[in-house]
Order: sequence, then structure tokens, then C-alpha cells
Amino acid sequence: MTPILEVRNLSKHYQRVEAVKGISFSIPAGICFGLLGPNGAGKSTTIEMIEGIKTPTSGEIYYKGNIRGSDFAQQCGIQFQSTALPDFLRVREVLKLFHSFYDKTLAIEELITLCDLGEFLEQEANKLSGGQKQRLLLALALINDPEIVFLDEPTTGLDPQSRRRFWHLIDKIKRQGKTVILTTHYMDEAESLCDDLVIIDHGKIIAQGSPRQLLQEHLPHRQVSFDASENFCTDRLSGEISRNPGTLTIETLSIETTLRELQNSAADLSTLRVYNPTLEDLFLKLTGHGLRE
Amino acid sequence: MVKFWALFAARNMEFYRDRAALSWAFIFPLLIIVGCALAFSRPDETLIRLGIIGENSDLKSVNLAEQRYVELTYFDSTKRALEQIRHHQIDLLIEPKSEGLNYWLNPESASALAARELLLALDADKNLHEQTLSGQAIRYVDWVMPGVLAMNMMFAALFGIGYVIVRYRQNGVLKRFQATPVSSLQFISAQMASRLLIVVAVNSLIFIGCDYFLDLLMLGSYSTLLLIALIGAVSLLSLGLVIASRTASEELAGGLLNTLTWPMMFFSEIWFSLENAPEWMQQFAALMPLTHIVQAARAVMIEGATLAMISHHLMALSLMTLMMLLLAARLFRWQRE
Repeated sequence: MTPILEVRNLSKHYQRVEAVKGISFSIPAGICFGLLGPNGAGKSTTIEMIEGIKTPTSGEIYYKGNIRGSDFAQQCGIQFQSTALPDFLRVREVLKLFHSFYDKTLAIEELITLCDLGEFLEQEANKLSGGQKQRLLLALALINDPEIVFLDEPTTGLDPQSRRRFWHLIDKIKRQGKTVILTTHYMDEAESLCDDLVIIDHGKIIAQGSPRQLLQEHLPHRQVSFDASENFCTDRLSGEISRNPGTLTIETLSIETTLRELQNSAADLSTLRVYNPTLEDLFLKLTGHGLRE
Repeated sequence: MVKFWALFAARNMEFYRDRAALSWAFIFPLLIIVGCALAFSRPDETLIRLGIIGENSDLKSVNLAEQRYVELTYFDSTKRALEQIRHHQIDLLIEPKSEGLNYWLNPESASALAARELLLALDADKNLHEQTLSGQAIRYVDWVMPGVLAMNMMFAALFGIGYVIVRYRQNGVLKRFQATPVSSLQFISAQMASRLLIVVAVNSLIFIGCDYFLDLLMLGSYSTLLLIALIGAVSLLSLGLVIASRTASEELAGGLLNTLTWPMMFFSEIWFSLENAPEWMQQFAALMPLTHIVQAARAVMIEGATLAMISHHLMALSLMTLMMLLLAARLFRWQRE
């Protein structure tokens, strides 16, 4: 099946900086695809080249099997990382303004319901709270009922409640069969929303796959820890064992095996803790530095 | 066209709701009207304005020139002096000669008749030779008002379009529009049309206000004057667009706009004529759109010039507009680079 979007050897050079270094990936229709990486990794530049906002230095971009055309703006939805709207316009007026730009559109009332804009329709768009503004910007990205939606760090700076609410909206969009391309540096967001992802650092893709695949491939071990005295006998335990004062940690490929061994060793399982590696751990392993640097 | 009208309406709404900008758009012209009314409407009947041909004329024998209530103005150019007599800008013009005194007046001016009576009484012993001219009175306020209106139009057009587009670029509004099917031509033309409406409407109100308080001289056609305002405003908006086409900083835009407006304020004959200025200065002034707007508007208002008579100014403005629009189109960027 032809991917909805395909990128081949995409590069972007700014005078002395190579922001994106020949990256390639393809995105099947109907999934949420994530571009992950720290600030300055090149993910926003990549997404803006695909959107047509920035011109690539080299490489090709295919939409539904054809070179992306000049009418791509009619067919895609875009939400930028940071954007302003014309001053003094109210939410409903902003919706009407953007509604007039497209040939095919969703009804404004439908968008209001979908993005939950009803409570602040008559407020000035530039005076909304962070969460409200992001919902309005999402509505603008969906106003032409696009098959593909680009969301560039849509939840940066939002409080946890607003982030969860936004995730819920993205889920609704996915259920409508739209393809969502999401950049984020929040790993929990990527794990929760993305079906497939690439991790970008220094303008290059350093890992690609579904969150589960990537974790299984690169970080197959789980950490099991529990309170234990220094005299606790570890002879019957397999896996890599480390001791901290009062705590014993085992890195294991099989939780079941480790639990059985602990029961046989008469360990105090009431303090048992199991830690599953995250994408952040994966990133640390792959790049050697933290995601939010 | 749907996109154009939506952007046009949105920009108008934005201007209308920006109370500070809206207020200033009307307060500034109001200040101009009040200032002009205070400066020019006070009667100055106690003085006799006496013109003298030749800066080195010997006035010792002219008794009228010795009076303390007489204001003297010297002229190098006889033609210019006669124009001032014709339009009541001086009351009497004299040219001392060894064999007597030549003098000119416009009998339609009451103060000119009074000045003649004084001359005949005080200098009756001289051989006086009288010549008369006719023409309607033109006060300085009539002469200067086309320039003041054009100046206001220049500020409203250049800063109105320049600052708005630069601010849009700086805060990311332009980038958001770039991501839609709106073309740069649709966006820019809507911004220009909105500003054109505002500039012409505000200037029309100032004209009406000044006319009410100062009873401005208007010898030409109002439709020709409106055409000059429209073509002139478009040329100034195009100039503002060149500045705004790529600039991403409001500070830089402010500096560039001031660099443009100050020379135009001085060299476009707003406050004084360049008739006797060096040739290079007149040629330099002719490169500025404001010069053509001021000269064309002044010709229509105080000389009754027809559309054909000022068509060369409109051609120059149209040519400048075309060049500036082409340059702006070439330079325009949605985002900072």
C-alpha cells in the first residue's frame, strides 16, 4: 500500500549549520507518527520542509505517491509550535477568516464541538489561556478536513490537565482515520499517542519503529527492586544485581522468572517495585544525553 | 476574491478594535486642524505687507517703508513678487527708481487699497507709477494645507502598512498565513486596500474639518483631488511595503521609515517652495512621491488645475508605484530568514 507521506534524503543547510542531514522515512495512512528529539535536533525543520514552509536544500517529499504539489496547503492541516493570530479578532471571527481560505471545509459548528471551543467563542483569540489557544489552533488545522495533520509540539508549556485534554482530542482525530504527524520532546506523549516514530538527534534519525518495538529492541531488561538487608542471600537470583543501602535491584529479561526466584529466596515482596524503561531511557542510551537539554 | 475580502474585513476589524490606534488616527489630524486654525486664522490687519523688488533697493526716500506698522519683504524675482500681489499675499509691491517709484497692487484686496492711500499720502512728492493686477486671495494656510494633508497621508500609509506587516512577521502571524492557501499577493493586496480605505477616509475627514474652520480655497475639482489622494496613497503604501517586505524587527522598520519620512518632510514642498532652490535639490525632490502629491494637490486647490494639467504628476506616481510594487514582490518573505 502506498504510504500517505514519504520523505527521501531530506536535507537542510543554513550557511554553516546542517540542520537536517539526509533523512528518509515513510508514513502509512491513518496512524500517529512521531518525530522525537531534543530541542534543536532538527524535527521542526523537518516538519516545516514537509509542510512547504521551508525549502529543502535537497531531497524529495511524496504525498500519496506523487511529488508534493503546490496545492498541498489545501489538503493538509498545520499547527505550529508557536504562532500568533491577528490582534483583536474573536475566536469565532478567526474561525470564519480561516474558513474562507479553503475550498473544502468542515462546518464551523462541527469544529467548535470537536475542539470544545464553545465556552470562549466570543473572547479575543490572543487573550486565551494556553490550553484554549492550542485547541483553537488545532481547530484551524482541522478546518479544511485534512487527511493529514501536522502538530508541532502542540502541548509544550501546557499544564498536565490541558495536556491530557489535548491528547484526548488527538485520539478523536485519529479515530476519524486522519494521519497525525506529531513532533514532541515529551516521551510520555509519544508513548501514549504514537503508533510509529523516529528519534532524531543532530539532524539524523537514530532510531525508528513503534515505541514497543524500539524498547524491546534496545532496552529489553526490566528493573525489579525491593527492600532488602545487606545479609539477604542472592545465590538463587539470576540477572544483573546491584545493591544500594537497604535496596536490591535486579535487571531481568523475565519478570515471571525473577518473581519465582524471589519467592524461593523468601524476599519481602510487599516492597516490590517494577520499573519499565521509557523512551527517555532509550534516548539516553542511544545518545548519551538527556532529552530536555 | 473570497480570501481577499475576508482578509480585508479582518484587517479593518482589527484597526477598528485597536482603540489606541483608532483614537490616534483621529486625534493627530484633530491636532493638525486645531494647530492650523490657531496659526493661520488670526487676522493680521494692523500690518501692511510691503514687497520691494531688489534686495539692495534704496528705501531711504520711501516714507511708507519707514513706518513701524509696515512689514517689508524683499524679492529677487519680479515674477514671484507679482504672483504674491496677484494672490493678496503682499499688499503693495514697490520698485524704487532714480526717476520715481513703480508700484503694483491688486485692487480686489481691501488692505492693498488702504496701503495705496498711505503711499499716496506719505510719498506724494515722488513720481509714482501705478500698475494693477487681479487674482483671488491665497493665504499661506491655503498654500500649506495640501502639504499638511499629504504629510498626514504619508505617515498613516508608511507606518500603517510598514509596522503592521513587520509585527505580523515578528510574532508569527505571517507564518500562519503562509501555511494556508492564501497567496502573498492576496494577503498584501488586502492589507493595502484596507489601509488605503483608512488613509483616504481619515484624510477626507481632515479636509472637511479644515475647510469648515478655515474656509480653504478650492478652485479645482474635488474628484481630481480625490484621484490624487488615491494614487498618492497607493504610491506611499507601496513604499511602506518595500520597507516591510523583508524586515523582521520593528526597531529596524522604525529607523528605515524615519529615514524616508524626514527627507520627504523637508524636500517635498510641504512647508516652503523649492522654486528658488538649487537644481539638484529640485531633481532630488522629484524622486519623492510626496513631492508629486503635494504639487498636484496644490495646483488643483489653489490654481484650479485640471486633471490634464496635473497628469504628469499622476504618471510619475503611477510609475513609482509600479517600480516599488515589483521591488516589494521580489523582496517579500513570509518569515525572517
